[in-house]
Amino acid sequence: MTREPIIIVNNLVKKFGHFVANDHLTFEVFRGEIFGFLGANGAGKTTAIRILCGLSFPTSGEVNIAGYDIYRQRDLIKKNIGYMSQKFSLYEDLTVKENIHFYAGIYGIGITEIKKRTQQLLEELELKNVENKLIKELPLGWRQKLAFSVAIFHNPRIVFLDEPTGGVDPVTRRRFWELIYGAAEKGITIFVTTHYMDEAEYCHRVSIMDQGRIEALDKPDKLKTRYNAGNMDEVFLQIARKTKIG
Amino acid sequence: MRTILLIVQKEFRQIFRNKTMLPVIFIVPIVQLVLLVYAATLDMKNINLYIIDNDLSGASRDLVSKFESSPFFRITEEGFSLKNAESKLFSNDADAILNIQSGFEKRLYRENNSEVLLIIDAVNSLKAGLSNVYGTSVIRDFNQEYIKDKGKSVLTVMKAPKSIEITRQFWYNQELNFKYYMAPGILGILVTMIGMFLTAINIVREKEMGTIEQINVTPIVKYQFLIGKLLPFLIIALFELGFGLLLIKILYGVPMLGSIPLLFAFVASYLFVIIGFGLLLSTLADTQQQVMFLTFFFMIVFILMSGIFTPAESMPVWAQKVNILNPMAYFLRVVRLVLLKGSGIMAIAKDWIYITVYGVIILSLAILRYRKVS
Repeated sequence: MTREPIIIVNNLVKKFGHFVANDHLTFEVFRGEIFGFLGANGAGKTTAIRILCGLSFPTSGEVNIAGYDIYRQRDLIKKNIGYMSQKFSLYEDLTVKENIHFYAGIYGIGITEIKKRTQQLLEELELKNVENKLIKELPLGWRQKLAFSVAIFHNPRIVFLDEPTGGVDPVTRRRFWELIYGAAEKGITIFVTTHYMDEAEYCHRVSIMDQGRIEALDKPDKLKTRYNAGNMDEVFLQIARKTKIG
Repeated sequence: MRTILLIVQKEFRQIFRNKTMLPVIFIVPIVQLVLLVYAATLDMKNINLYIIDNDLSGASRDLVSKFESSPFFRITEEGFSLKNAESKLFSNDADAILNIQSGFEKRLYRENNSEVLLIIDAVNSLKAGLSNVYGTSVIRDFNQEYIKDKGKSVLTVMKAPKSIEITRQFWYNQELNFKYYMAPGILGILVTMIGMFLTAINIVREKEMGTIEQINVTPIVKYQFLIGKLLPFLIIALFELGFGLLLIKILYGVPMLGSIPLLFAFVASYLFVIIGFGLLLSTLADTQQQVMFLTFFFMIVFILMSGIFTPAESMPVWAQKVNILNPMAYFLRVVRLVLLKGSGIMAIAKDWIYITVYGVIILSLAILRYRKVS
């Protein structure tokens, strides 16, 4: 893997009043990587991901996404990223096909190409027979798969996933991760937040956040050896316990 | 351009798929225009009148039959005791009592001067005032006929010198048809409501659903998003105007003397203010309930101060000054001028300029407040 950084974060701070949600975050994500951004609820994951996507301004620090500066080149960043949030991001009262056409159209993809690729996508996801169904009629797992595919429809360089698999069973989650691997193979960098530790094992590298700070950042195997743990769950608990005591 | 069209297309799809939206667009105008125009009429008809005729003479009968033939009065009961009449007034079975005492005709002929007593229930001061006006005008008619017959005045109701005869001419609404005045007002409420509520709710709904986040990470520029969002409501509100005009033409035969395209052009400018307000309110709220509440507050103030029910000219001076900020006051003035008076562009130019400036200010404020990044 070429070690070319695509996300560079340096001393990122975000404060809400006196509360420090992100406390001097510094890390890099490399091209083609699946980067897990872990932490308990309220650790500051969503705040950080929102800043990286340009939804929220940092209080201070430097952020560079795909070679563009977060303060000055927001518009260029937006052309090059995809985003899928835990809060539902497809229009529930539009059909599967209408959602794909709408979002793809926004990114300026030509109509004939949208049509061709929509068919391809629906076949891949096995959603061909529900293409004219409203999103709200679909089960959550299907919606998540579709939301992810829509988020990468315009072939972004990076896709940000904010707890993409919340609320579904392990089998559906496993299927979702197959989609993520597929996207990574195409060269899309994946930045994913989660609090399911089994998912952490699927990542190339993970960072673990606690109370606004990054406490650990490495490959899952290396973290397990360092903390002498059998799985990521134990690693996570040790880190959380340490900061609570300290 | 394509992005704007995509958003407009999406909005229309969502609006027409919404099961409550279609009735709002089609049923509400019908209900409002049918119900409210009839109900909110200030025409006083059927004032219930209790007659006490203790004279039972030719003259008293003439006077009673004058009241009988007036479209404003309905004689509910006749009797001889004032006490009984008063109890009817108290129990709301009568709105007014006409008391003709015995000797009415005698005094009329002998002394050329006689009296009747009209007692009016004034709990509702507006109604009482109108009853008084209608009552005196009936008595005046009686008086004039009596002068014609006898060559001399008898009943003094008016203090006016006898040599002056008053004739009235009502221009632009000859029959004083209250519906002609009311219907354009209700139309104003309708267009304003649709424009303001739908806009405000629609944008807050995207916030609630979380889809606005998804939009905000796309390369959509703020102006594209807002135009795409607001254009559908401009179109729907203008459609409501046309639909409403058609309804009041069919239902009430409201005259439409002025240029309808001119009216549409003015209302389009007006809607910039209204939709701007909707957008502004949506930036202040996070949930649909909050925004509904805010919008309701402004709607009520706009409506009550606009001069729909009470003439704006009779408001205190400070209220008239405040009305400079009330978009509905402009709407009502212009709509009535254009429809009933047939006014042209010159007559409404000042209002038009004001409302356009207002629109630019409100929309700019709203756009400034609307942020893609928090």
